[in-house]
Amino acid sequence: MRDRITKALKGHKANYIEIRLEENHGTHIRYRGKELEETGKSSDFGGNVRALAGGGWGFVSFNNLNELQDKVAQAINHARLVGGDPVSLSEVEPHEDAVPPKLGKDPRNISLREKKAVLDEYIDLVWRVPGIQTSTLGYGDRYKKVLFANSEGSYIEQEKVDVTIGLSVMARDGGDVQQAGFSLGSMGDFSLIESLHEDVTEVATRAVELLKAPQVNGGEHTVILDPVLAGVFIHEAFGHLSEADHVYESDQLKEIMVLGRRFGGRHLNVADGGAIPNLRGSYKYDDEGTPATRTMLIREGELVGRLHSRETSSKMGEKPSGNARAINYRFPPIVRMTNTLIEAGKDNLQDMIADVKKGVYARNWYGGMTSMEMFTFSAREAYMIRDGKIAELLRPVMLSGNLFNTLQNLDAIADDLDMNQGGGCGKGGQSPLPVSNGSPHIRIQKCLVGGT
Amino acid sequence: MADNAEVFQIVTKETPVIFEANKLKMLETRESSGIALRLIKNGKLGFAVTTSLQDIDQFVRDALELASIGAASCIDLPSYTNFSHIPVYDPAIEEVSVNDMVQIGQVLLDSIRTMNSNLLIDGRVTKVVSTVSLLNSKGSEVTYTKGVFAIGMEAMLVRGEDMLFVGEHEVSCHPLFDTTKIRTSIETQLELSKEIIEPITGSLPVIFTPHGVSGALLQPLITGFNGRNIIQGSSPLVGKMDKKIVNNAISVWDDPTIPYAPGSSSTDDEGVPSQRKALIENGVVKTFLYDLQTACQAGVKSTGNGSRSLGSLPAPSASLLLIDEGNTSYEDMIGDIKDGIIVERLLGAGQGNVLSGDFNANVLLGYRIRNGKPCGRVKNTMISGNVYEAMNNLGAIGNQSRWVGGSFKTPPLYFYNISVASRS
Repeated sequence: MRDRITKALKGHKANYIEIRLEENHGTHIRYRGKELEETGKSSDFGGNVRALAGGGWGFVSFNNLNELQDKVAQAINHARLVGGDPVSLSEVEPHEDAVPPKLGKDPRNISLREKKAVLDEYIDLVWRVPGIQTSTLGYGDRYKKVLFANSEGSYIEQEKVDVTIGLSVMARDGGDVQQAGFSLGSMGDFSLIESLHEDVTEVATRAVELLKAPQVNGGEHTVILDPVLAGVFIHEAFGHLSEADHVYESDQLKEIMVLGRRFGGRHLNVADGGAIPNLRGSYKYDDEGTPATRTMLIREGELVGRLHSRETSSKMGEKPSGNARAINYRFPPIVRMTNTLIEAGKDNLQDMIADVKKGVYARNWYGGMTSMEMFTFSAREAYMIRDGKIAELLRPVMLSGNLFNTLQNLDAIADDLDMNQGGGCGKGGQSPLPVSNGSPHIRIQKCLVGGT
Repeated sequence: MADNAEVFQIVTKETPVIFEANKLKMLETRESSGIALRLIKNGKLGFAVTTSLQDIDQFVRDALELASIGAASCIDLPSYTNFSHIPVYDPAIEEVSVNDMVQIGQVLLDSIRTMNSNLLIDGRVTKVVSTVSLLNSKGSEVTYTKGVFAIGMEAMLVRGEDMLFVGEHEVSCHPLFDTTKIRTSIETQLELSKEIIEPITGSLPVIFTPHGVSGALLQPLITGFNGRNIIQGSSPLVGKMDKKIVNNAISVWDDPTIPYAPGSSSTDDEGVPSQRKALIENGVVKTFLYDLQTACQAGVKSTGNGSRSLGSLPAPSASLLLIDEGNTSYEDMIGDIKDGIIVERLLGAGQGNVLSGDFNANVLLGYRIRNGKPCGRVKNTMISGNVYEAMNNLGAIGNQSRWVGGSFKTPPLYFYNISVASRS
């Protein structure tokens, strides 16, 4: 294979060519209600060629791996047709490397029957809770081997095993249907899946309790977010705008996102990096062969860095950060987050709650979206805070913020940093890309909460 | 080896022309092909998917092995051979060259730029041709090719710290040479957003444009009709068949038989012929959507709504939804409102409890109405509510519907009381 790839990359008139070949093997199991609904196995082999000629990119993806030469020629033709002003790429030292998978308890060594047995225990626990209507429980694991080679001499093989599990439990009272759930993941470790008994029972119990829970009044509230939701918050509130491809072509956005600008208080430190080890967004090289790093985005409240591909970093005159990622061979790499976090602060969670006369404690994530200036994130679990104490359960809430004041209104950061691995991020039609998010508990004043 | 078996194959060629920051950026060709095998042995389901048939024996062994511990299935694969052909392939689509597509995109992009020289526009002109083949052990054999042409433009305008996003797209089985509708829509959005106005809080009259209906209301409205949620008892519509659930002016159809509509096809992804059916007719629940598996669990016939991507088993899904027009003009709706908002685009919709019919989202693009006139853009505003409750408190239905993408057509909808929260 290496000979074929090297040969296919040689002798073309293009500024840059890369080839990515992929092999995927996955299994999935899904239950609906008490019944097993689906078990399946999948294999996926494919590749792509991306070429830069002058100012244009060409991209070709395929399942048939036997015509590499033709595909390279096709990608270069595409790139030439685009034309335009020359595009340059940041210099990255070529690497030759083979990166084996980071593994805990390898799911590939566990039979489908054994996996099913673990899930059966959870289904049993769900149905022990009185009052539930139904549930869905999905498990998946996927082995992925990516071979990357470019015309500058890089030749990198990386292997990865991704494991995910998601539970959703529904309860119904007439036309009112409520649900609670979780979504978790791990890089290559099945043992994560094996110890969720308490979480399962807690989720099922809460689904039933939600039927009696009131909805919060819409408007501005003081909110405290748990580490999981605060991780999603920072991903949406700030992470996406630090992806340089949103900024690099806009003079106005470059001005708004100028390094050194203050976005939050001195207690706020935010980082992202594929080099942060053993998380679902971790890797050694990104999909352009650039080594992963850990990038400080906000230091003491000021913007100090951003996430780059080779093209955006060259254009902005900043260092490549190793954040060009493609969800699979059907897509070209684009600038993505990896593991994004708010660093631990000095506040004490109990004190943070005790200071709040009336507010909302929101936990666990359901989703999030951003338009850069405005963003939303939703909690799976919410409680009123009354007179400094956590009070009654609420229906799940959706929160909304604005880049220019929500981070400024973040007034307390606890010391209990925790990473959430259940995240999947979507951008440019590439979803869900494995990422992780994390944070300590944080408190935000005047956060907009949707409700009645 | 197995009692029943089905092979589903999909071969796709996609050619996107991509514009970024007002310029042509990249040309792509994406070819993919894959095959899925579903088999039933001793009443149990086995399922395997691959993109490579190099080891076909192993592929079949995988499916059989899974059937030994797989999910129970009562389905009977269909044997329809005689059904009407719904055209979704216009050969003219193949004659549009990449150069033509570049031209179409560039001309449109340049014309949008003339509206405001500070706009930063991303866009995409795409052609997708896919061939689906379905064979089963009952003798069913379905093959059809679908061609879809799509144009989408998204423009960003940054003014100080304000970011405005406007956009429009159009999808068709015919090539799209006339881009006037996209241009006009973007022009209107820019015009209505010129001023930013103080947002408003309260229970207010709200108009959802077709985009707004698609973004906020569609998913909560139809999730309850999914046969899977009906048999699981997790739909609020359980027990509501033939009962009135919303205002009797509302009728909603699932109709994949419209010629040359991207959401149409002759059969569903299990070989069951497509049919037009009312989900809601004059406010009354008429049909739930079933695929083979959920239909046999519910003891009914499949409605031809088995939908699948290559990697998963079929599941019930709406194919092409239509909301019937009413008799109120868009202008009259606006004229009726003293103080309220128009919702055009949403952020984060669908992350609430859609199963119950709830919607909850940030208004990414919306306008305030004062004394019967739109008077500027509202920001930092959230809407929330329940689609069934809202549709019982209906103000009016627009008399002109339009497509939003290739599988949904709706008029604007006006409701008397929607909860709106905003930052003070």
